[in-house]
Amino acid sequence: MNLQEFRDIFHNGMWKQNPGVVQLLGLCPLLAVSSSVVNGVSLGLATAVVMALSGASIAPIRNYVPNEIRIPVFILIIAVLVTVVQYLMNAYMYGLYVVLGIFIPLIVTNCIVLARVEAFASKNGAMASAWDGFSMGLGLTAVLGVLGAFREVLGKGTLFSGIDLALGDMAQSWVLHVVPDYKGFLLAILPPGAFIGLGLLIAGKNWLNLRAEAKARNKPASTPMAGEAIQG
Amino acid sequence: MKRIARSTIQTATNLVFFAVIGTAILASVFFMTHDAIVKSEEAEKMKLITQIVPPAMFDNDIIQDKLDVPPSPLLGTEDVTIAYRARLKGEPSAVVLESIAPDGYSGKIALILAVRANGELAGVRVVSHKETPGLGDYIELPKDPWIKGFDGKSREVYKDADWKVKKDGGQFEYMAGATITPRAIVKAVNKALIYYAENREQLFAANAPVKKEKHK
Repeated sequence: MNLQEFRDIFHNGMWKQNPGVVQLLGLCPLLAVSSSVVNGVSLGLATAVVMALSGASIAPIRNYVPNEIRIPVFILIIAVLVTVVQYLMNAYMYGLYVVLGIFIPLIVTNCIVLARVEAFASKNGAMASAWDGFSMGLGLTAVLGVLGAFREVLGKGTLFSGIDLALGDMAQSWVLHVVPDYKGFLLAILPPGAFIGLGLLIAGKNWLNLRAEAKARNKPASTPMAGEAIQG
Repeated sequence: MKRIARSTIQTATNLVFFAVIGTAILASVFFMTHDAIVKSEEAEKMKLITQIVPPAMFDNDIIQDKLDVPPSPLLGTEDVTIAYRARLKGEPSAVVLESIAPDGYSGKIALILAVRANGELAGVRVVSHKETPGLGDYIELPKDPWIKGFDGKSREVYKDADWKVKKDGGQFEYMAGATITPRAIVKAVNKALIYYAENREQLFAANAPVKKEKHK
Protein backbone atom coordinates (compact mmCIF):
# COMPACT_ATOMS: atom_id res chain seq x y z
CA MET A 1 0.00 0.00 0.00
CA ASN A 2 1.59 3.27 -1.04
CA LEU A 3 1.18 6.65 0.56
CA GLN A 4 -1.36 7.86 -1.99
CA GLU A 5 -3.70 4.92 -1.32
CA PHE A 6 -3.24 5.53 2.36
CA ARG A 7 -4.28 9.13 1.94
CA ASP A 8 -7.19 8.29 -0.37
CA ILE A 9 -8.63 5.83 2.13
CA PHE A 10 -8.38 8.41 4.88
CA HIS A 11 -9.95 11.12 2.76
CA ASN A 12 -12.72 8.71 1.82
CA GLY A 13 -13.57 7.99 5.43
CA MET A 14 -13.28 11.51 6.74
CA TRP A 15 -14.92 13.38 3.90
CA LYS A 16 -15.89 11.87 0.56
CA GLN A 17 -17.70 8.80 1.90
CA ASN A 18 -18.19 10.00 5.47
CA PRO A 19 -20.49 7.48 7.18
CA GLY A 20 -22.33 10.17 9.14
CA VAL A 21 -23.12 12.80 6.53
CA VAL A 22 -22.70 11.01 3.17
CA GLN A 23 -23.41 7.31 3.54
CA LEU A 24 -25.89 8.02 6.35
CA LEU A 25 -25.17 4.64 7.90
CA GLY A 26 -25.37 3.96 11.62
CA LEU A 27 -27.69 6.82 12.44
CA CYS A 28 -29.19 5.17 15.53
CA PRO A 29 -26.20 5.73 17.82
CA LEU A 30 -25.33 8.90 15.93
CA LEU A 31 -28.58 10.52 16.90
CA ALA A 32 -28.94 8.97 20.34
CA VAL A 33 -25.56 9.66 21.92
CA SER A 34 -24.68 12.94 20.27
CA SER A 35 -26.20 14.98 23.11
CA SER A 36 -22.72 15.97 24.28
CA VAL A 37 -19.21 16.08 22.83
CA VAL A 38 -17.81 13.56 25.29
CA ASN A 39 -20.54 10.99 24.68
CA GLY A 40 -20.36 11.39 20.93
CA VAL A 41 -16.59 11.25 20.62
CA SER A 42 -16.31 8.32 23.05
CA LEU A 43 -18.79 6.18 21.18
CA GLY A 44 -17.22 7.27 17.89
CA LEU A 45 -13.77 6.18 19.04
CA ALA A 46 -15.12 2.88 20.36
CA THR A 47 -16.70 2.32 16.94
CA ALA A 48 -13.47 3.28 15.17
CA VAL A 49 -11.51 0.77 17.25
CA VAL A 50 -14.04 -1.96 16.50
CA MET A 51 -13.98 -1.09 12.79
CA ALA A 52 -10.19 -1.09 12.60
CA LEU A 53 -9.96 -4.41 14.44
CA SER A 54 -12.71 -6.00 12.37
CA GLY A 55 -11.03 -4.88 9.16
CA ALA A 56 -7.71 -6.22 10.37
CA SER A 57 -9.12 -9.57 11.44
CA ILE A 58 -11.50 -10.20 8.57
CA ALA A 59 -9.19 -9.27 5.67
CA PRO A 60 -6.63 -12.06 6.37
CA ILE A 61 -9.31 -14.76 6.57
CA ARG A 62 -11.41 -13.50 3.67
CA ASN A 63 -10.22 -16.27 1.37
CA TYR A 64 -10.97 -19.03 3.87
CA VAL A 65 -14.56 -18.05 4.61
CA PRO A 66 -17.01 -19.67 2.17
CA ASN A 67 -18.99 -16.97 0.43
CA GLU A 68 -22.35 -18.39 1.60
CA ILE A 69 -21.63 -18.02 5.29
CA ARG A 70 -19.54 -14.87 5.19
CA ILE A 71 -22.25 -12.70 6.80
CA PRO A 72 -22.67 -14.90 9.91
CA VAL A 73 -18.90 -15.20 10.26
CA PHE A 74 -18.35 -11.46 9.87
CA ILE A 75 -21.08 -10.70 12.39
CA LEU A 76 -19.61 -13.25 14.77
CA ILE A 77 -16.20 -11.61 14.56
CA ILE A 78 -17.64 -8.11 14.95
CA ALA A 79 -19.70 -9.24 17.93
CA VAL A 80 -16.63 -10.74 19.59
CA LEU A 81 -14.67 -7.53 19.07
CA VAL A 82 -17.48 -5.37 20.41
CA THR A 83 -17.81 -7.55 23.48
CA VAL A 84 -14.07 -7.27 24.09
CA VAL A 85 -14.28 -3.48 23.83
CA GLN A 86 -17.27 -3.56 26.17
CA TYR A 87 -15.39 -5.60 28.78
CA LEU A 88 -12.42 -3.25 28.59
CA MET A 89 -14.59 -0.17 28.99
CA ASN A 90 -16.48 -1.78 31.85
CA ALA A 91 -13.20 -2.50 33.58
CA TYR A 92 -11.23 0.68 32.93
CA MET A 93 -13.73 3.41 31.98
CA TYR A 94 -16.67 2.55 34.17
CA GLY A 95 -18.32 5.97 34.21
CA LEU A 96 -18.34 6.16 30.45
CA TYR A 97 -19.50 2.56 30.19
CA VAL A 98 -22.55 3.46 32.26
CA VAL A 99 -23.30 6.61 30.25
CA LEU A 100 -23.02 4.94 26.84
CA GLY A 101 -24.90 1.92 28.16
CA ILE A 102 -26.75 -0.04 25.51
CA PHE A 103 -25.01 1.83 22.69
CA ILE A 104 -21.75 -0.05 23.18
CA PRO A 105 -23.28 -3.47 22.44
CA LEU A 106 -25.32 -1.82 19.70
CA ILE A 107 -22.08 -1.18 17.77
CA VAL A 108 -22.53 -4.78 16.60
CA THR A 109 -25.61 -3.78 14.69
CA ASN A 110 -24.24 -0.48 13.48
CA CYS A 111 -24.58 -0.99 9.75
CA ILE A 112 -21.45 1.00 8.97
CA VAL A 113 -19.27 -1.71 10.56
CA LEU A 114 -20.65 -4.56 8.47
CA ALA A 115 -20.89 -2.27 5.45
CA ARG A 116 -17.13 -1.58 5.46
CA VAL A 117 -16.25 -5.18 6.18
CA GLU A 118 -18.42 -6.32 3.29
CA ALA A 119 -17.43 -3.55 0.89
CA PHE A 120 -13.75 -3.23 1.73
CA ALA A 121 -12.20 -5.78 4.08
CA SER A 122 -13.57 -8.75 2.13
CA LYS A 123 -11.68 -7.54 -0.95
CA ASN A 124 -8.50 -5.91 0.39
CA GLY A 125 -5.45 -6.64 2.50
CA ALA A 126 -5.30 -6.44 6.28
CA MET A 127 -3.39 -3.17 6.55
CA ALA A 128 -5.61 -1.31 4.10
CA SER A 129 -8.74 -2.77 5.70
CA ALA A 130 -7.73 -1.79 9.20
CA TRP A 131 -6.89 1.70 7.98
CA ASP A 132 -10.16 1.94 6.08
CA GLY A 133 -12.14 0.88 9.15
CA PHE A 134 -10.30 3.32 11.34
CA SER A 135 -10.72 6.19 8.87
CA MET A 136 -14.43 5.51 8.54
CA GLY A 137 -14.69 5.33 12.32
CA LEU A 138 -12.85 8.63 12.66
CA GLY A 139 -15.18 10.17 10.10
CA LEU A 140 -18.09 9.04 12.23
CA THR A 141 -16.34 10.34 15.35
CA ALA A 142 -15.87 13.74 13.75
CA VAL A 143 -19.57 13.97 12.89
CA LEU A 144 -20.54 12.79 16.36
CA GLY A 145 -18.18 15.32 17.92
CA VAL A 146 -19.43 18.26 15.87
CA LEU A 147 -23.06 17.28 16.37
CA GLY A 148 -22.40 16.75 20.08
CA ALA A 149 -20.79 20.18 20.40
CA PHE A 150 -23.67 21.81 18.55
CA ARG A 151 -26.31 20.16 20.74
CA GLU A 152 -24.40 20.60 23.97
CA VAL A 153 -23.72 24.31 23.51
CA LEU A 154 -27.27 25.00 22.39
CA GLY A 155 -28.92 22.70 24.87
CA LYS A 156 -26.86 23.09 28.00
CA GLY A 157 -24.48 25.96 27.34
CA THR A 158 -21.44 23.80 28.12
CA LEU A 159 -18.72 21.94 26.24
CA PHE A 160 -17.01 18.72 27.35
CA SER A 161 -19.40 18.09 30.24
CA GLY A 162 -18.84 14.61 31.60
CA ILE A 163 -15.22 14.51 30.47
CA ASP A 164 -14.28 13.28 33.95
CA LEU A 165 -16.16 10.07 33.10
CA ALA A 166 -13.74 9.42 30.26
CA LEU A 167 -10.48 10.74 31.66
CA GLY A 168 -10.86 10.52 35.42
CA ASP A 169 -11.72 13.02 38.13
CA MET A 170 -8.82 15.32 37.38
CA ALA A 171 -10.48 16.32 34.11
CA GLN A 172 -13.51 17.70 35.92
CA SER A 173 -12.23 21.27 35.63
CA TRP A 174 -11.94 21.03 31.85
CA VAL A 175 -15.65 21.53 31.35
CA LEU A 176 -16.25 24.79 29.54
CA HIS A 177 -19.25 26.86 30.47
CA VAL A 178 -19.62 28.60 27.15
CA VAL A 179 -22.71 30.50 28.16
CA PRO A 180 -22.70 31.28 31.88
CA ASP A 181 -26.02 30.86 33.72
CA TYR A 182 -27.62 29.25 30.70
CA LYS A 183 -31.19 28.12 31.19
CA GLY A 184 -30.94 25.40 28.59
CA PHE A 185 -32.69 24.80 25.30
CA LEU A 186 -34.56 21.53 25.58
CA LEU A 187 -35.10 20.95 21.86
CA ALA A 188 -31.39 20.61 21.20
CA ILE A 189 -31.03 17.83 23.79
CA LEU A 190 -34.10 15.88 22.71
CA PRO A 191 -34.04 13.65 19.59
CA PRO A 192 -35.44 16.32 17.23
CA GLY A 193 -32.37 18.42 18.01
CA ALA A 194 -30.22 15.59 16.70
CA PHE A 195 -32.15 15.37 13.44
CA ILE A 196 -32.07 19.13 12.92
CA GLY A 197 -28.37 19.25 13.73
CA LEU A 198 -27.56 16.39 11.39
CA GLY A 199 -29.62 18.03 8.65
CA LEU A 200 -27.63 21.24 9.05
CA LEU A 201 -24.36 19.28 8.96
CA ILE A 202 -25.31 17.49 5.74
CA ALA A 203 -26.43 20.77 4.21
CA GLY A 204 -23.17 22.38 5.27
CA LYS A 205 -21.11 19.63 3.72
CA ASN A 206 -23.07 19.76 0.46
CA TRP A 207 -22.61 23.51 0.36
CA LEU A 208 -18.85 23.17 0.79
CA ASN A 209 -18.78 20.52 -1.96
CA LEU A 210 -20.76 22.71 -4.34
CA ARG A 211 -18.51 25.66 -3.64
CA ALA A 212 -15.42 23.58 -4.31
CA GLU A 213 -16.95 22.32 -7.57
CA ALA A 214 -17.88 25.81 -8.67
CA LYS A 215 -14.36 26.98 -7.96
CA ALA A 216 -12.90 24.13 -9.98
CA ARG A 217 -15.19 24.98 -12.91
CA ASN A 218 -14.31 28.68 -12.86
CA LYS A 219 -10.65 27.90 -13.23
CA PRO A 220 -10.53 25.48 -16.16
CA ALA A 221 -6.91 24.48 -16.77
CA SER A 222 -6.33 24.52 -13.04
CA THR A 223 -2.92 24.20 -11.51
CA PRO A 224 -3.59 21.16 -9.27
CA MET A 225 -4.20 19.07 -12.39
CA ALA A 226 -0.89 20.13 -13.80
CA GLY A 227 0.75 19.36 -10.52
CA GLU A 228 -0.68 15.87 -10.55
CA ALA A 229 0.52 15.31 -14.06
CA ILE A 230 4.04 16.16 -13.00
CA GLN A 231 3.80 13.87 -10.03
CA GLY A 232 2.50 11.00 -12.17
CA MET B 1 -29.67 -35.41 -0.61
CA LYS B 2 -26.18 -36.62 0.12
CA ARG B 3 -24.73 -33.44 -1.37
CA ILE B 4 -26.92 -31.26 0.81
CA ALA B 5 -25.84 -33.18 3.89
CA ARG B 6 -22.17 -32.95 3.00
CA SER B 7 -22.18 -29.24 2.27
CA THR B 8 -24.20 -28.60 5.44
CA ILE B 9 -21.61 -30.40 7.52
CA GLN B 10 -18.72 -28.66 5.80
CA THR B 11 -20.21 -25.21 6.22
CA ALA B 12 -21.30 -25.87 9.78
CA THR B 13 -17.81 -27.07 10.67
CA ASN B 14 -16.47 -23.84 9.28
CA LEU B 15 -18.90 -21.81 11.37
CA VAL B 16 -18.16 -23.82 14.49
CA PHE B 17 -14.46 -23.23 13.95
CA PHE B 18 -14.96 -19.46 14.03
CA ALA B 19 -17.39 -19.75 16.94
CA VAL B 20 -14.83 -21.69 18.99
CA ILE B 21 -12.08 -19.16 18.31
CA GLY B 22 -14.42 -16.28 19.12
CA THR B 23 -15.56 -17.89 22.34
CA ALA B 24 -11.98 -18.57 23.38
CA ILE B 25 -11.07 -14.93 22.86
CA LEU B 26 -14.13 -13.78 24.80
CA ALA B 27 -13.46 -16.17 27.65
CA SER B 28 -9.88 -15.02 28.05
CA VAL B 29 -10.79 -11.32 27.94
CA PHE B 30 -13.58 -12.00 30.43
CA PHE B 31 -11.20 -13.53 32.94
CA MET B 32 -8.58 -10.87 32.32
CA THR B 33 -10.98 -8.02 33.01
CA HIS B 34 -13.20 -9.68 35.59
CA ASP B 35 -11.37 -8.42 38.69
CA ALA B 36 -11.08 -4.90 37.34
CA ILE B 37 -14.79 -4.86 36.51
CA VAL B 38 -15.80 -5.99 39.99
CA LYS B 39 -13.46 -3.42 41.48
CA SER B 40 -14.74 -0.50 39.42
CA GLU B 41 -18.34 -1.50 40.08
CA GLU B 42 -17.67 -1.53 43.81
CA ALA B 43 -15.85 1.78 43.64
CA GLU B 44 -18.80 3.30 41.83
CA LYS B 45 -21.24 1.93 44.39
CA MET B 46 -19.02 3.15 47.21
CA LYS B 47 -19.01 6.63 45.66
CA LEU B 48 -22.80 6.66 45.66
CA ILE B 49 -23.07 5.26 49.18
CA THR B 50 -20.61 7.70 50.71
CA GLN B 51 -22.66 10.52 49.23
CA ILE B 52 -25.56 9.61 51.47
CA VAL B 53 -23.79 7.89 54.36
CA PRO B 54 -21.03 10.20 55.64
CA PRO B 55 -17.80 8.23 56.15
CA ALA B 56 -17.81 9.30 59.80
CA MET B 57 -20.93 7.20 60.30
CA PHE B 58 -19.33 3.81 59.69
CA ASP B 59 -16.11 1.92 60.17
CA ASN B 60 -17.11 -1.41 58.63
CA ASP B 61 -16.59 -2.64 55.08
CA ILE B 62 -19.99 -1.44 53.98
CA ILE B 63 -19.80 -2.98 50.49
CA GLN B 64 -19.33 -6.45 51.97
CA ASP B 65 -21.88 -6.04 54.76
CA LYS B 66 -24.81 -6.65 52.50
CA LEU B 67 -28.13 -8.35 52.73
CA ASP B 68 -30.56 -9.67 50.14
CA VAL B 69 -33.85 -7.85 50.42
CA PRO B 70 -36.79 -9.72 48.88
CA PRO B 71 -39.10 -7.82 46.54
CA SER B 72 -41.60 -5.72 48.43
CA PRO B 73 -44.47 -3.49 47.39
CA LEU B 74 -43.33 -0.95 49.97
CA LEU B 75 -39.99 -0.64 48.20
CA GLY B 76 -41.61 -0.88 44.79
CA THR B 77 -39.17 -3.64 43.89
CA GLU B 78 -39.93 -6.68 41.80
CA ASP B 79 -36.58 -8.39 42.20
CA VAL B 80 -34.27 -9.11 45.09
CA THR B 81 -32.31 -5.98 45.93
CA ILE B 82 -29.28 -5.50 48.12
CA ALA B 83 -29.18 -3.53 51.35
CA TYR B 84 -25.84 -2.31 52.69
CA ARG B 85 -25.39 -1.90 56.42
CA ALA B 86 -23.27 0.83 57.96
CA ARG B 87 -21.98 0.08 61.43
CA LEU B 88 -19.91 2.11 63.83
CA LYS B 89 -17.99 0.13 66.46
CA GLY B 90 -20.29 -2.83 65.78
CA GLU B 91 -23.44 -0.79 66.41
CA PRO B 92 -25.78 -0.38 63.43
CA SER B 93 -25.73 3.23 62.30
CA ALA B 94 -27.51 3.24 58.95
CA VAL B 95 -28.84 1.03 56.20
CA VAL B 96 -28.75 1.73 52.48
CA LEU B 97 -31.86 0.58 50.63
CA GLU B 98 -32.86 0.53 47.00
CA SER B 99 -36.34 1.67 46.17
CA ILE B 100 -38.30 2.25 42.99
CA ALA B 101 -40.88 4.94 42.43
CA PRO B 102 -43.07 3.27 39.79
CA ASP B 103 -45.15 6.31 38.91
CA GLY B 104 -42.74 8.86 37.52
CA TYR B 105 -43.77 11.01 34.57
CA SER B 106 -42.10 8.61 32.16
CA GLY B 107 -41.71 5.36 34.00
CA LYS B 108 -39.77 4.10 36.94
CA ILE B 109 -37.41 6.20 39.01
CA ALA B 110 -34.77 4.16 40.82
CA LEU B 111 -33.72 5.54 44.18
CA ILE B 112 -31.12 4.70 46.74
CA LEU B 113 -31.71 5.90 50.27
CA ALA B 114 -29.86 5.72 53.54
CA VAL B 115 -31.84 5.49 56.77
CA ARG B 116 -30.12 6.11 60.09
CA ALA B 117 -30.70 3.64 62.90
CA ASN B 118 -33.15 6.09 64.48
CA GLY B 119 -35.34 6.14 61.38
CA GLU B 120 -34.08 9.49 60.11
CA LEU B 121 -33.12 9.81 56.45
CA ALA B 122 -29.41 10.32 55.96
CA GLY B 123 -29.91 11.01 52.30
CA VAL B 124 -31.68 10.05 49.09
CA ARG B 125 -30.29 9.91 45.55
CA VAL B 126 -31.80 9.14 42.19
CA VAL B 127 -29.91 6.30 40.52
CA SER B 128 -31.74 6.31 37.22
CA HIS B 129 -34.79 7.94 35.71
CA LYS B 130 -36.32 8.86 32.37
CA GLU B 131 -37.95 12.15 33.36
CA THR B 132 -37.97 14.99 30.87
CA PRO B 133 -34.54 16.61 30.59
CA GLY B 134 -34.62 20.23 31.66
CA LEU B 135 -38.00 19.85 33.29
CA GLY B 136 -38.34 16.85 35.59
CA ASP B 137 -34.63 16.20 36.01
CA TYR B 138 -34.11 18.59 38.93
CA ILE B 139 -34.27 15.44 41.05
CA GLU B 140 -30.65 14.79 40.03
CA LEU B 141 -28.14 16.21 42.40
CA PRO B 142 -25.66 18.19 40.35
CA LYS B 143 -28.58 19.90 38.61
CA ASP B 144 -30.52 20.94 41.68
CA PRO B 145 -30.28 20.50 45.47
CA TRP B 146 -33.95 19.45 45.64
CA ILE B 147 -33.20 15.85 46.62
CA LYS B 148 -31.33 17.08 49.68
CA GLY B 149 -34.66 18.24 51.07
CA PHE B 150 -35.05 14.69 52.39
CA ASP B 151 -31.96 14.85 54.61
CA GLY B 152 -32.83 14.51 58.28
CA LYS B 153 -36.53 13.89 57.64
CA SER B 154 -38.25 10.99 59.32
CA ARG B 155 -41.72 9.67 59.97
CA GLU B 156 -41.36 11.09 63.48
CA VAL B 157 -41.04 14.63 62.19
CA TYR B 158 -43.51 14.32 59.34
CA LYS B 159 -46.73 12.37 59.62
CA ASP B 160 -48.30 10.61 56.63
CA ALA B 161 -50.15 13.75 55.51
CA ASP B 162 -46.86 15.68 55.37
CA TRP B 163 -45.25 13.22 52.93
CA LYS B 164 -46.62 15.03 49.92
CA VAL B 165 -45.50 17.91 47.77
CA LYS B 166 -46.66 21.33 48.98
CA LYS B 167 -49.18 21.58 46.17
CA ASP B 168 -50.99 18.56 47.67
CA GLY B 169 -50.83 19.95 51.20
CA GLY B 170 -47.58 18.28 52.22
CA GLN B 171 -44.17 19.55 53.25
CA PHE B 172 -42.02 18.97 50.17
CA GLU B 173 -40.97 21.50 47.57
CA TYR B 174 -41.69 20.98 43.89
CA MET B 175 -41.20 22.89 40.70
CA ALA B 176 -44.17 24.26 38.81
CA GLY B 177 -44.73 22.29 35.64
CA ALA B 178 -43.16 19.11 36.97
CA THR B 179 -45.13 17.91 39.97
CA ILE B 180 -45.61 14.29 38.97
CA THR B 181 -41.93 13.52 39.35
CA PRO B 182 -41.43 14.81 42.95
CA ARG B 183 -44.82 13.42 43.91
CA ALA B 184 -43.67 9.94 42.88
CA ILE B 185 -40.38 10.26 44.75
CA VAL B 186 -41.90 11.61 47.97
CA LYS B 187 -44.38 8.77 47.96
CA ALA B 188 -41.68 6.18 47.35
CA VAL B 189 -39.43 7.56 50.09
CA ASN B 190 -42.27 7.56 52.60
CA LYS B 191 -43.09 3.94 51.74
CA ALA B 192 -39.46 2.96 52.05
CA LEU B 193 -39.39 4.49 55.54
CA ILE B 194 -42.46 2.44 56.45
CA TYR B 195 -40.64 -0.63 55.16
CA TYR B 196 -37.65 0.27 57.29
CA ALA B 197 -39.80 0.69 60.39
CA GLU B 198 -41.43 -2.69 59.82
CA ASN B 199 -38.22 -4.56 59.09
CA ARG B 200 -35.66 -2.73 61.19
CA GLU B 201 -34.57 -5.77 63.18
CA GLN B 202 -34.05 -8.03 60.17
CA LEU B 203 -32.31 -5.31 58.18
CA PHE B 204 -29.58 -4.99 60.77
CA ALA B 205 -29.45 -8.67 61.72
CA ALA B 206 -25.92 -9.99 61.44
CA ASN B 207 -26.22 -12.34 58.49
CA ALA B 208 -29.72 -13.65 58.36
CA PRO B 209 -31.37 -12.61 55.13
CA VAL B 210 -34.85 -11.15 55.41
CA LYS B 211 -37.06 -13.94 54.14
CA LYS B 212 -40.60 -12.97 54.82
CA GLU B 213 -41.75 -13.23 51.26
CA LYS B 214 -40.71 -15.97 48.91
CA HIS B 215 -38.02 -15.28 46.32
CA LYS B 216 -39.25 -15.52 42.79
